[in-house]
Parts: sequence; structure tokens; C-alpha cells
Amino acid sequence: MAIDQATVRKIASLARIAISDAEAAAMEGELNGILGWVEQLGEVDVTGVEPMTAVIPNKLRLRDDVIDADPMTGGNRRDDILANAPAPQHGFFGVPKVIE
Amino acid sequence: MTELTNLTVAEIRDGHRAGDFSAVEVAEAFNANVAGAKALNAFIVETPEHAIAAAKQADADRAAGTLKPLSGVPIGMKDLFATNGVQTTAASHMLEGFVPRYESTVSQKLWDAGCGMLGKLNLDQFAMGSSNETSHFGNVISPWKRNDGSNAALAPGGSSGGSSSAIAARLCPAATGTDTGGSIRQPAAFTGISGIKPTYGRCSRWGIVAFASSLDQAGPMARDVRDCAIMLENMAGFDPKDATSLDMPVPNWEAALSSDLKGKTVGIPKEYRLEGIDPEIDAMWDAGIAMLKDAGAAVVEISLPHTKYALPTYYIIAPAEASSNLARYDGVRYGLRDLPQGAGLQDMYAATRADGFGPEVKRRIMIGTYVLSAGFYDAYYTQAQKVRTLIARDFEAAFASCDVILAPTAPSAAFGLGEKMADPLAMYLNDVFAVPASLAGLPAMSVPAALNREGLPLGLQIIGKAFDEQGVLNAGLAIEERAGFTARAEKWW
Amino acid sequence: MSNYTIKGETGEWEVVIGLEVHAQVTSNAKLFSGAATAFGAEPNTQVSLVDAAMPGMLPVPNRECIRQAVRTGMAIEAEINKWSRFDRKNYFYADLPQGYQISQLYHPLVGEGSLTIAADEKAGIPTDKVIGIERIHVEQDAGKLMHDQHPTMSYVDLNRSGVALMEIVSRPDMRSPAEAGAYVRKLRSILRYVGSCDGNMEEGSMRADVNVSVRKPGDEFGTRTETKNVNSVRFVMAVIEGEAKRQVGLIESGGTVVQETRLYDPDRNETRSMRSKEDAHDYRYFPDPDLLPLELDDAFLDECRASLPELPDAKRARYLSEGISAYNADVLTAEVEAARWFDALLEAGAKPVAAANWVTSELFGALNRMGRDISDSPVSPAQAAELLGLVADGTISGTIAKQVFEKMLETGDGAAAIVDREGLKQTSDTGAIEAEIAKVLAANADKVEQYKGGKEALFGFFVGQTMKAMQGKANPQVVNELLKKALG
Repeated sequence: MAIDQATVRKIASLARIAISDAEAAAMEGELNGILGWVEQLGEVDVTGVEPMTAVIPNKLRLRDDVIDADPMTGGNRRDDILANAPAPQHGFFGVPKVIE
Repeated sequence: MTELTNLTVAEIRDGHRAGDFSAVEVAEAFNANVAGAKALNAFIVETPEHAIAAAKQADADRAAGTLKPLSGVPIGMKDLFATNGVQTTAASHMLEGFVPRYESTVSQKLWDAGCGMLGKLNLDQFAMGSSNETSHFGNVISPWKRNDGSNAALAPGGSSGGSSSAIAARLCPAATGTDTGGSIRQPAAFTGISGIKPTYGRCSRWGIVAFASSLDQAGPMARDVRDCAIMLENMAGFDPKDATSLDMPVPNWEAALSSDLKGKTVGIPKEYRLEGIDPEIDAMWDAGIAMLKDAGAAVVEISLPHTKYALPTYYIIAPAEASSNLARYDGVRYGLRDLPQGAGLQDMYAATRADGFGPEVKRRIMIGTYVLSAGFYDAYYTQAQKVRTLIARDFEAAFASCDVILAPTAPSAAFGLGEKMADPLAMYLNDVFAVPASLAGLPAMSVPAALNREGLPLGLQIIGKAFDEQGVLNAGLAIEERAGFTARAEKWW
Repeated sequence: MSNYTIKGETGEWEVVIGLEVHAQVTSNAKLFSGAATAFGAEPNTQVSLVDAAMPGMLPVPNRECIRQAVRTGMAIEAEINKWSRFDRKNYFYADLPQGYQISQLYHPLVGEGSLTIAADEKAGIPTDKVIGIERIHVEQDAGKLMHDQHPTMSYVDLNRSGVALMEIVSRPDMRSPAEAGAYVRKLRSILRYVGSCDGNMEEGSMRADVNVSVRKPGDEFGTRTETKNVNSVRFVMAVIEGEAKRQVGLIESGGTVVQETRLYDPDRNETRSMRSKEDAHDYRYFPDPDLLPLELDDAFLDECRASLPELPDAKRARYLSEGISAYNADVLTAEVEAARWFDALLEAGAKPVAAANWVTSELFGALNRMGRDISDSPVSPAQAAELLGLVADGTISGTIAKQVFEKMLETGDGAAAIVDREGLKQTSDTGAIEAEIAKVLAANADKVEQYKGGKEALFGFFVGQTMKAMQGKANPQVVNELLKKALG
């Protein structure tokens, strides 16, 4: 199904990407080209076929409930967490004021 | 000392161990080559000091008798791997200036094995591309030129184009790559080097900037099969930090290398004979079949009936996952923040992401967002995951009658920069032979097999059963030994 | 059936309520990272690289969180899905670092279950009522935004980001604020019994999204609104009442109810539309490709089941069978700490009925006065059993027991020691009692006359006087017998 510029704009808004009118116009063609091409999948008979969930047979492992067992996945590293922040504020991340 | 940079990983390792040269000499030689190859634009960040420090340690370890598996070997690191204290960008404006305080599992393993880092290698932005033309830091140029005197700048392939270009130009003996839909194999083929994507889950994804989680897999790129085996041994291994990591021992692939294929059967997928393809590709493929027969293998035709659906399947699943994986780039915690005057939070997101992502990344995020959106999810995403099941089953059925599969890596030799940028679909088609193995999570490698009439390298691809990297490497070695590929790009940079 | 209705201008309206309760799973570490979950830490100190969604970070699930959700499912007699999966719910917000929440939409861990709310005439719940629970799924909590620290900025604290939540989704089976309140209290009680959530609503470890719609009795369900993050039982009830009235007023004045997300303002006791969530309706759920399907084996499920404690309904039934009154059984089983304390008391040898009466009146009264919880009661179950044992075997009277209990609270000493030290042991020494009786009768000869003349009510007076003379230590039964004899 072909998408129009309004749809392009809606998708861009969902994806939080600002686009100009010219970009929306250009994308309309590109996206339709790609979507039209991937739509050939519709012709495959998938009756009784399960969607793939794990590409290689493997079981989901669960980890033990231990705090900071591995510093790479544990807490207590605020400096590292904030090191690249555009607007660190007294140990917080600063963002434009949000009205809830 | 230029000859040091002609050595392979194995030669550097063994020569260093034997005391033929110091690791510092090696590092300095490669650092000099890196510094002298700005024209290729293969590196985003150069880290000569890192290479030297590791080399000094390697020399000290040699004196102390505590050598590590890769002591003295300097390598290039694709800039998709987070490196502690060294800028990591995924070749995007979004992450320009981002300096992680952590090290990816794979790169850490390599440093632990004694490697030094020559620098962070350029790539397609967020690994999305097949020509290394989507990097925010400029195109990577292949060291290769056509022999027609045209001097056109050629694509090194993508997304691991910095890796392929740097290895082919002798800027590093080996490098890391990542392969989501051919990003190791296709650039290897374009530049006359080798590269292997192992079974999904062999190499930890922890610390690698994610593109499409169910497909992303790290692997080595190097000049020959042995080096790929050595590198992979030191990159692979179980990582409890990655829930999809394989909890299996890492085989000693190098030690078990053997080009004797007696008793092995090679499958030739008939669906990979594409109509209208460059006859040189088919000719190279036929030559490859002959080489494997010569190595003792039996050859059978196999069928992978859903091959033609692999690319469309990939171009639903990969963008869908990417659209979600890249949602974290929002200007809040790290990376670019674009805050227009008076903008609120949501405006900041939209401005930051518009500015921070390049056109191809945006295109894929848009596609992925669309195929996951309400009302379309089943028609696109669920359907694609079902077809993916069928593609994996095709391979499973084929492997009942063969041990490895032989196919071309790419449908053409390297193309000129700019030639395919105007048409995304034409660019996507470049991965037609690479994507099916990615969708099925199978190990696959590319080895250089021939030069085409323009004097450009062509690669052959070997696809193996899950976990059978050894079978893939061995078949690759059999081709390598017989193809006698010694051509290299003449230095112009 | 509840007879709660909203009386509008066009007649009576029935209120239909469903609750989505978010309960923080009791665990040391977060659902997908090793950062701690403790409440009240310095901002962004309990945040891992994973929780901050740094590039290349990956989730690995915490077994304990899965285990607690399974045990909770078992406690509401729900179907446990041995094959479940995590999905990503995609939306952008400053408290959501990944740009998606890892949740479970398509294949939740726990399926259909139920719980029973007890009849409560006063609250308009005439009979026990079963409330259906559609599912329980496991998901990540979001971080926290603070708006008051800076004139133009909000501050983001990710300490809560990635903490495990159970979302417990009820059927729209409730019809009054009282039923909803009873449901939340019962659910909280079960969670605390199971130990899967501490139920502290004021700390945010349990909060409810309240779905309310109204309809004329017998009609189809109306359009519902969802009021987010309501954090007390009282507020849940207030939201329902206010929202139902608002909807009735809206419909009766010709408007229509819009399906929307609302926010409750406890200060003004009203809800308002939450504009910030308006465009977030397309969450683009899809299976999280960083995680494989969650497959549970029988050994895991067996351990979950074996580790479940006796639950409130079963405990209440046991208490009733031991002769404890329905009222006391309700009071004793409502909170797991009280029930555990009471069970320990029984185990220490106390007789159920007397123990129940004593706990619900004497102990609870004392704790109330002291402003203490039963979990830090100054008197242990063993000490209380000793006290009740002294009453049961006639060593002290119930009256003396009250005195002894006060001394126990004051001094921390054991009951027997206090009785010994203070000489409070009740006496059955007939000689001593008879001597006091003789004195009492002699001193009240006029009353003895009246009694003998037929004013039998005076017997109590003589008992009282005798007991007083005996300083309360006489065995009342013996006093009675001896008095009867003496008054002949």
C-alpha cells in the first residue's frame, strides 16, 4: 500500500525526527519504493509457520539477584553515567522543562 | 621497515615470539602507515599511543616469559565497538565526541590477548550501508583502482569499509568487523581480504553499538584464513552480559585448520544463479567449485527456495529492530543535543535526531517505525519473521545433504563511490548473497578468489552449519591455497 | 451485587472498574541489570550503564524477579505460562532511557487468575466476591522526573529505571469504590504474604492505574478513562467516585467520554487529562530481539510452589476452624506480619480463641498506644504465650494478666518473673479467702440482710469486696464458691 506525505510526517513524528516539507516529499518516493519491494513477502505461504524467535537454538539464561556483581552492569558509577551528559545538573540529567 | 606491515597476524605473533623484531617496531611501522594514509579516510580516530603502549607491554612480556596469544599484534577497531576513554561514534554525528567509560567485551578480549589498537575504523553510519558512504566522517576510499586508468574512487564495501580498506592498504594486519547483513563479507570481497562472521552468539554483542540485535554479529577481518581463525579465537566466547551469547567453549580453530576436504560435501545453491549477473561472478564461482573438488570435496546442487525473499525479509526485520535500538539517541544522557530556542522535550528529540542521524539511518528508522506501527505489524513484521523461519529451514534442509555451501559473496566487484547512492534499492541488492546466512544466524566467510577484468578482487563465500566455523574456515583455506590470490592495491595514497 | 450507583438526572448509573496494579517486585537488583533497587538513594547512584541505555548495553533478566512473579501468579491461582516473552513498548520520554520499556504484551508470564474480596456489609459488599485477574506480566519501571529544581529544566533521576514491576491486570469486575478498595487491600495482603512486593504505596512500590466507565444498568460497557499512578487505597476510591460523577455529568449534559489518560491531583481531589501522553498511542510493540523466549522448567515451578506460604484465605479458614470469631480471623489475617506473629504465638502453645481475643484487644491496643507496628512489638510471641499460659492454668486472673502485660511492656521482663516478683499469683487458699470473706460480711451486715431478703444482685458486690481485700489475687471461682457457702 502506498503511503502519502501525511503518513510520512506521522511516521517521522512517531520516530521523533523533524523533517522539512522537501524531505517529506523525497521520503515519500523512497519509502514507497522500499515498501513496495518488501511487500512481495505477502506472496509467501506461511500457513502453520511460527515467526522466528531465536535464530540459533539457545535458552534464555537468568542471572542471580546480586547487586553490582559485575561493575560493568552494576550501579554506583554516577560519574560514568553522567560523563557524556549534555546538561548534567547536580547529579541529574537536565532536560527542557516537562509539563505533565 | 615497510616489510613488517606486510606480515600477517600469525607472522607477527610468531616473529615477535621468536625475537625477530620487537613489538614496538611493528607498532611504529603500522602507525606510520596509518599516519600516511589519510587519503583513504579509513580511521575516524588514530590511537598510535595505544598501539605503542601495548607493544611495550608485549616486549616486556616477552622478556618476562609471559607472552599472550596476540602479544605484539596491533589491530584496527571498527568504531562500532565501545572503547574505554576513546571516542566511539558509530560514524554518526549523533555520537560525535562520545567517550565511553566502558569497553566492549570483544575489544576487551583482544586487549587481554595482547593486541594494541591503531585506531577506530570508519564505517557506514550505525553500520547501515554497503559502500561506506553514509559515514558522518566522510567516505572511506578503497585502496584499489580499476585497471582502466580511470582513477575513479571505489567503495571499500560496507559497513566495515574502514576495516577492509585499512587491511587491504596494510594499515593494520587485522581488524574487527561486524556483520548484520553482510557487513564483514561484502567489504572483504571488495578489497581482496578475508573475513568471517561466526555463528550468531559466538561473539558477545555487549558494548557494540546495536544496529539489529537479532542479526548483529562481530567477526574478524584479515588478510588470510589463518589470521581470521586466530582473531576469532580471541574475540569469541561466552559472555554472561549478553543474553543471546552462546555458552559453548571456543574451539582451537587455528590448530584444526585443514584444507583437506576429503569426505566433505559442498552444496551449490541453484537459486544463487542470478539472471543477468556479471558472468565473471559465475565464472569465479565455477572456479571455486573446481578448487573445492580438487581439495577432495564432493559437490552437490542444493536448493534454498526462499532465497529471493531474504532481502525483503531483512529490510523489514533489520530496520524494525534498528528503529527501536536507535531510540536511545535522544540527546538526554549522551551524544548530540539540539535544543532550538524555546523547544520542549519532544521538540528537542525531533531536532536532535534530525540533526544527528544521516539520511540512510533516518530512512531505515522510518521504514522500521512504519512496519511496526499499529495495523501493519502483522502484515510486515510477523510475516517477515515467518519467512525468516522458512529461510532458516531451507538451510537446515540443505545441510542434510552437504557440509558447507559455496556461493559468491557479492553480485559484483567494488563499484565507484556515488554510483549507487541515488538508489537505495540498488544499494540493498548488493547484499543479496550475504543476507540469507545472516537471517539464519549461520557462520559465513568471504575469501578472495580472483580479479575481474578491471583488476578488482572478487570474493567467494562459504556458509556453514551453526557452530561449524571450522568447516567454513577449512573450505576457505582450501580456496585460498588454490586461488593463489596475491594481488594487492598499488599504493597511490 | 453491589448496589452502588451514581444518581444522575436521567436515572441511576452503574460504575465499571478495572485496575492495573503496578507492584514493585522485591529483589536486590534490577530486572535487567545489577544495580540496586533500594528506595531513597542519592540521584543516579543506583544506575548501571545498562539502565542508562548507553550504546551497546544489553539486558539480562534477574531470576528472582521472574520467580517472584511466578509465585504471585500461583498465589492468585493463575495459569503460569512456561513459555513467555519480553516485548518492547516504544515511546519517547525523558524518564525512559532506552526509548522503549521492556514489558510483556503478547505472551505474559502469568495468565488468568482471581482473588476473593470478603463480604463487608458496612461497605456495601453483601457477599464474598471473586474478582478476575486477566494477567500478570513483568516489566521495567521508568525513571523519575523532578520539575521544581530549576526554572527552565526538569531533572532526570534514573534510580528507579529498570526496577522490576509486576503489572497485575484485573478484569472490569468491580462496581463500587469500596470493592476496588477491598481489591487493592486484598491484593496488597497477598503480595505481602508471598513476599513478592512490600506493598508500600507511599513509597511508590505499589500503584494503580484506575480504569473507570459508567453505564445504565444492563447496557454495554461505556468508554473508559484511565487515571495513572494512583498511590493509595483512599485515592483509588476517590478517583473512582470523582471520575464516575464526572462521566455521568458529561454524558447527561450531552457530551461523550473520551478514552484518555488522566492524572489525579490529590490536593484538589480531581483528575485531569494528561496531555503529555496524548500522542503516545502507537507503542509499536515487538519481541525484544536482545532477549530469547523465557522458558521455565518444572523444577523452577516446583520450587516456586513449594516456597509459597499459607495465604490469607487458607489461614482465615484455619482460624475459623479453630473456633476464632470471623471478625478476629479477618483482623488477624489482613496483614501478614500480624498473622505471622499470631501463628508464632499459637506455636508457642497459646490457645487459639483466648490468644485471638488477647492479640486483637490487648496487644493491638497497646501497640496502638505506643504507635508501633507488630513487627517491632516489645513483647515476643513466646513471652505472650507465657502470659496467656499463666491465665489458662489459673495462675493469674485475666485482670491480673492486664497488669502483668503492662509491666512486661515497661520492663521487658517475662510474665512469670513479674508474677513472682510482684506476688501476683492468684490464690485458691480457702483459709485466707474465708478469713477475708468473714471480714467483708461482718463489715456489711446490712447488705447481707438485704441479700438474704432476696436482693441477689448484691452477690457481685460481695465478690468485688472480697477480691479487693485479696488485692485481686484470689481465684474468682473459689471466691464465688466460698461466698455462696458463707451466705448460705
